[in-house]
Amino acid sequence: MKIGVVIFPGSNCDEDIFYALKDAMKQDVVKLWHKDKDLHGCDFIVLPGGFSYGDYLRSGAIARFSPVMELVVEHAQKGGYVLGICNGFQILTEAGLLPGALLHNKSQKFVCKNAYIRPVSRTAALTAGLNTEQVFKIPVAHGEGRYFASDELLKELHDNDQILFKYCDEKGEWNEAGNFNGSAENIAGICNKQKNVFGMMPHPERAVDRQLGNTDGIAIFKSLFNFTNQMV
Amino acid sequence: MKFRAEIDVMPVKEILDPQGKAVKLGLTNLGLKEVSNVRIGKHILLELEADSEEAAAAKVEEACKRLLANLVMEDYSYKITQE
Repeated sequence: MKIGVVIFPGSNCDEDIFYALKDAMKQDVVKLWHKDKDLHGCDFIVLPGGFSYGDYLRSGAIARFSPVMELVVEHAQKGGYVLGICNGFQILTEAGLLPGALLHNKSQKFVCKNAYIRPVSRTAALTAGLNTEQVFKIPVAHGEGRYFASDELLKELHDNDQILFKYCDEKGEWNEAGNFNGSAENIAGICNKQKNVFGMMPHPERAVDRQLGNTDGIAIFKSLFNFTNQMV
Repeated sequence: MKFRAEIDVMPVKEILDPQGKAVKLGLTNLGLKEVSNVRIGKHILLELEADSEEAAAAKVEEACKRLLANLVMEDYSYKITQE
């Protein structure tokens, strides 16, 4: 399986995810430029974190009109895998590939810290190999990460088992204390109905190196690639 | 013909607007205790060419729906005037 990391003007986690996938996860990965007119044979597309187009208008709103995004949308609609992390998640909601929206944090502050998340659904590749009782410590760094969905949409997310991660406290309780940005139902990550497009605000790529003191992200990528490599 | 569109994009009612809340607190601290609610949105000015006001409105609608507002979280309204 070949992975493509899309770089937009203003992306700043592209090197981190590239390193995590190539060096830590030993995957075949290339960089794609936002002006690219083809996906260079990639089976799996990653939209990294950052501040694409300076977060002008709304986070992710302008990136969605980058030439490469047309191809990413097409790829996703054909069932191809796409993962968006942080700004990548925001771009996916703006592009309509994932439902809901990401609003300013409830505190109105940019939050940069280790957050705790616990998997919910195990029916999607990103969480299929994870233990839903396990708490993962994954860094977050965002100002607009408050997941919002209407009541009908939340019901739909439940009915289709689309909620992948929820923020929790250190002990794994899905409570207010863990929900630092005020997301609806503590939601930290979701997938689409077809389960080939994933989005999450926390950064698992920042937690794959023992030298940096946190390797909780490895299990998440392992789950993803164990599952998707079999499918491609 | 040249038209000018003044567009307002506002967070939808049911959404908490933390920026508005922080500004309301500032106004209260300033002594303006009469202010009971603040909501903050965007004001966008567009200048465009169109054959008629209806045609201009159609373009502005498209701009709002496809980019300027995210209908999941925002409402928009606009006023069009001929230059």
